[in-house]
Amino acid sequence: MSNKGLRLLDFEGVTFNYQNQSAPAVKGCTFNIREGEFVSLVGHNSSGKSTIAKLSNGLLQPKEGQVCVYGIPTTDQERLIEIRANVGLVFQNPDNQTVASLVEDDVAFGPENLNLPPEEIRKRVDEALSIVGLLHLLKHPVHHLSGGQKQLVAIAGILAIKPKLLILDEATSLIDPKGRKQVLEKIKHLHKDGYAIVMITHRMEEVLLSERSIALEKGNIIFDGKPEDLFSNPPLLARAGLERPPLVQLVESLSGNGINVPFPKDENELVEALCRLK
Amino acid sequence: MSLANFVTIGQFVPLDTPIHRLDPRVKLLLSLVLLVFIFVVGKLLPLLALFVLAMVCAALAKVPLMHLVRGMRPILILIVLTVVIQLFSTSGEPLLSFWGLTITKEGILVSLFVVLRLILLVSISVILTYATSPLDLTFALESFMLPLKRIGFPASEIALMMSIALRFIPTLLEETDKIIKAQTSRGADFSSGGVIARAKSFIPVLIPLFVSAFRRADELADAMESRCFITGEKRSRLHVPKLGLNDFVAVALCVVAMAGVYVWSIL
Repeated sequence: MSNKGLRLLDFEGVTFNYQNQSAPAVKGCTFNIREGEFVSLVGHNSSGKSTIAKLSNGLLQPKEGQVCVYGIPTTDQERLIEIRANVGLVFQNPDNQTVASLVEDDVAFGPENLNLPPEEIRKRVDEALSIVGLLHLLKHPVHHLSGGQKQLVAIAGILAIKPKLLILDEATSLIDPKGRKQVLEKIKHLHKDGYAIVMITHRMEEVLLSERSIALEKGNIIFDGKPEDLFSNPPLLARAGLERPPLVQLVESLSGNGINVPFPKDENELVEALCRLK
Repeated sequence: MSLANFVTIGQFVPLDTPIHRLDPRVKLLLSLVLLVFIFVVGKLLPLLALFVLAMVCAALAKVPLMHLVRGMRPILILIVLTVVIQLFSTSGEPLLSFWGLTITKEGILVSLFVVLRLILLVSISVILTYATSPLDLTFALESFMLPLKRIGFPASEIALMMSIALRFIPTLLEETDKIIKAQTSRGADFSSGGVIARAKSFIPVLIPLFVSAFRRADELADAMESRCFITGEKRSRLHVPKLGLNDFVAVALCVVAMAGVYVWSIL
């Protein structure tokens, strides 16, 4: 797809079965993610999105095929820490990712596991928190923060282990619209700073932020390409059970009425494009 | 009133006071020694002196009075029960009698004494957890258990488990609150009927609470592993408390105070 950087994450014919289910959750998936890419992963509930996330850092092991991070297979138990330090996972519910009561202690959890010296941990905690803009909340109890802030703390906790790839598993689905906006802003910044991002999402508005989209249906990859191409393919959208976001619908009905605007990333871009029309 | 306001033991408030600044190991050790010492002191007045000492510590740690009082609420029934039993069952000089029951002077003194002990027990625990972060507290516990590590005792893992348990207290209280409200809105009744009926009415709260706690545990385990946690691996720490002059002063003051109280109580 993109010829950005090194191949970071490689899925090769990966199949995975949960123990109590007959149908595999992921079937023969092959794709790779390069350094600095921004990919969205979409699909129905139980289409295998979260399973792919957990396969990416060795939380789950493939039944067939191979998952590699920088060429290291996730089955290599000796180098599991190296793999996990490169691929950071952020989950849906911030409450269930917080290990410690205070913000700084929670962010420090990752670096502590890497057995780093206290000065280095301090440095990483401060860095990670200033990236997400919560340095002023260092000594606050996590449970006093808003949903959006809690999720940013969870992201900081992952940033502190200095991963190259950030996988966000529906990380914005449980927080209020204001918090979601806050988190999405930070994710955009992280991508600009060179992090590769995989965003698992139900929200098509979020898909529009990405440069590449992978759609799953019952464990199979049914699309891998530009989000615009996904949205302009109604039969495919129907198969993946996705609805076109209001923004896309608007652009399409505009072009149906003879008003052509370039495909916008968000509302602001559309407004901008409409204002430039003559 | 939400549940979080009800349980004050275990609620840490990050402040910068002389008590907060003490080494957690010193705080935990002194608290434990004090808790035992309460049962060594056998006289009312020396115990009262100990109570004053505890209140001075509370004031130093800036524990709000209401916070302490709220901490007594869970043991209120215990206090009332012991007072009633001690009041009527202690023999001695009768002061008042009615319905065949007699209140003696000794009875009043003994019940005062027992109540003071209970209040002291709770106060010390409240002050300790108010002024010590759960993480520091478990660090202290871990360092006390360290000698056991040599015989294969998982001291660090147990300390981590405890700090996670403490961290989830507010989350689970909030959740309980939510479930109670949800069940109430579906017509559940938690406040009428006898003791057994009431206890039974909590089953629809406990089951969802347990189910969700297990789900949380599952997700937390994934999140921890994703952050490079591997059981049994060596971990470092952000904060490594160091013993300072203030800690030695605190120990010295406490030892002197306790020795004084002890001598007073055996005189």
